[in-house]
Amino acid sequence: MRNKRSTEDVAMGIRRRVFEHSMRNNGGYLSQACSAAEQLAFLYNEALNLGEPVLPAVPKPFAGVPSADNPDYVTGAGYNGPFEPHFDRLFIAPAHYALVAYATLIETGRMDAEGLEMFNKDGSSVEMIGAEHSPGMEVHNGTLGIGLSTGAGLAYGRKRRGESGETCVFMSDGEVQEGQTWEAVQAAAHHGIDNLWALMDVNDQQCDGAMDSVMEVRDIATKFRAFGAVCVEIDAHDLEAMRQAKDEPHEGQPLIILARSSPTRGMSFLQKRFPRLHYVRFKSEQERAEMNISIAAELGIDPVELEGH
Amino acid sequence: MVEMVNRPYAAAFEAYAVNNPDVLCLSADLTSSCEIDGFRDRHPDQFLSLGMAEQNMMSFAGGLGLAGYRPFLHSFGVFLYRRPYDQLIASVAYPRRKVRLMGFLPGITTPGGMTHQAIEDVAIMRSIPNMSILETGDATEVESICEAADSIDGPVYCRVLRGSVPRLFDSPIKVGEMRELALGGDVLVVTSGIATEEALRARDALSNAGVSIRHLHIHTIKPFNEQALLDHIGSVSKGVVVLENHVIAGGVGSLVAEIMAENGVGKPLVRLGLNDTFAHGGSRAYLMKHYGLDAGALVRGIERVMGISTGIDDDALASARVDAVHSAVKAEAL
Repeated sequence: MRNKRSTEDVAMGIRRRVFEHSMRNNGGYLSQACSAAEQLAFLYNEALNLGEPVLPAVPKPFAGVPSADNPDYVTGAGYNGPFEPHFDRLFIAPAHYALVAYATLIETGRMDAEGLEMFNKDGSSVEMIGAEHSPGMEVHNGTLGIGLSTGAGLAYGRKRRGESGETCVFMSDGEVQEGQTWEAVQAAAHHGIDNLWALMDVNDQQCDGAMDSVMEVRDIATKFRAFGAVCVEIDAHDLEAMRQAKDEPHEGQPLIILARSSPTRGMSFLQKRFPRLHYVRFKSEQERAEMNISIAAELGIDPVELEGH
Repeated sequence: MVEMVNRPYAAAFEAYAVNNPDVLCLSADLTSSCEIDGFRDRHPDQFLSLGMAEQNMMSFAGGLGLAGYRPFLHSFGVFLYRRPYDQLIASVAYPRRKVRLMGFLPGITTPGGMTHQAIEDVAIMRSIPNMSILETGDATEVESICEAADSIDGPVYCRVLRGSVPRLFDSPIKVGEMRELALGGDVLVVTSGIATEEALRARDALSNAGVSIRHLHIHTIKPFNEQALLDHIGSVSKGVVVLENHVIAGGVGSLVAEIMAENGVGKPLVRLGLNDTFAHGGSRAYLMKHYGLDAGALVRGIERVMGISTGIDDDALASARVDAVHSAVKAEAL
């Protein structure tokens, strides 16, 4: 698909859409939109070579889990285009970024805005924690740490088949606390899986709060390099730096881009909540109203109409 | 005298894999222990070492499945589900990837003790949606396990025997079926894996004692032919005895119990296996006797169901095979 808008514009659209959705629905993954908007916009709008969606713009209801008796089962990968040898594939490893990922699909014309109205509704495939069947998802990644391993396996298989398409994993920095992430990097390096790259949202946040307070992970760039990856650190909100990082040569090695981000970027009001930003709920109607006015102003939009909610 | 076959998996896997280029051989640092060292040396381009990192191996295999490959994961059975259980669910079982989990050293067939003994694997795997389970009981089944496993449209866990393995059967595994080894009318004996050989040791003594046994060998634990089992239960007068190389809870004995209960079968059932206990390390023969998994334990179970005493003692049972503990085929070594 040709990108019709600038990546900056898409990123702004993601923040606005996630903000509006969260205001209407009394909470949401706001900080993930703040930190990752440029990254997901970059992936879909310019970095990845994806085909046209092959699933309907308005997602179908949940059609059952995979089983031998359910031949109609499909994954949500169809929103990223068809499985063709020359197209890239994407895994969203932190599945709780789903709201931000869905907003990205909408902003890049892969899903109708109507799709987000189905978010977290019973019987919907547009699940709160992105599942295999959710738009833009290809595998389950709700358990953190499994995404890079799956990506490495797919990339190895694709390289073996001579496919030119790359495999990309969007990751979160909390995943470096899981041992499996390091198992995956060492395996990818050992087997020269260089058609694999990862973009990691390093926002220093995790469910319990700031990562430094929960589990110190130290210098992860040095650790990634020691485990065999080419690792580049950038400002997550600097798209030119992101483009240069993607171009970093990594023959025979996987590429890991550490995108150091702000979990309140574009929504400064959230700094009052620091460091508890994982999922933002309103503590009172007054706070909701203040947040609505403050963040809308910063995003350059009108406050969200809250009547009827 | 029973024919013994050395390392039947080694040749069987190599023959199968070279004819199926989408089969990849994955190993987690137990390559010779899983009899795939020769394959590694002769077919390095079809072999993938993933080191001591089973969590990554499981999700990596899921990724290979996405690329259309059918990875065969080789390790001790216990390492294929205990540590990487979450990865097994998310990356393999849920999406029904064609991942073949070749689990060696099932139950107490290792002196490695608790950390190496897969004693609850059948219970775990039975409870996982989309998962199939096969178990080998002799060399012929080991020789046919690759083709049987790879015929399954989805993930499959196999309990594979290694080293020096007796040949008891002359036909390959047919997924979903069971072997009818005796068609007597008193007691139905259901065995799987190495327990079947124990039941065969007791066969002549039971016959001499006037006990008529109907004996089924189970190589396909899931999916399971429920009606066939019910028909066999209906053909015996006294009841059912199940012997397995596994804890009693959740294994083949539980499977039989569930089928009997759900179908209102009012016959006695005795389940034999590890009874709510871990085992320690030791030779297979010692452990089978110590934990009541051998031919003698089966006779006692049959006596319970029939309410008789057969008078059969250990001397009356056919002799057990005793493998050389440090033989060239590593019968019991790690």
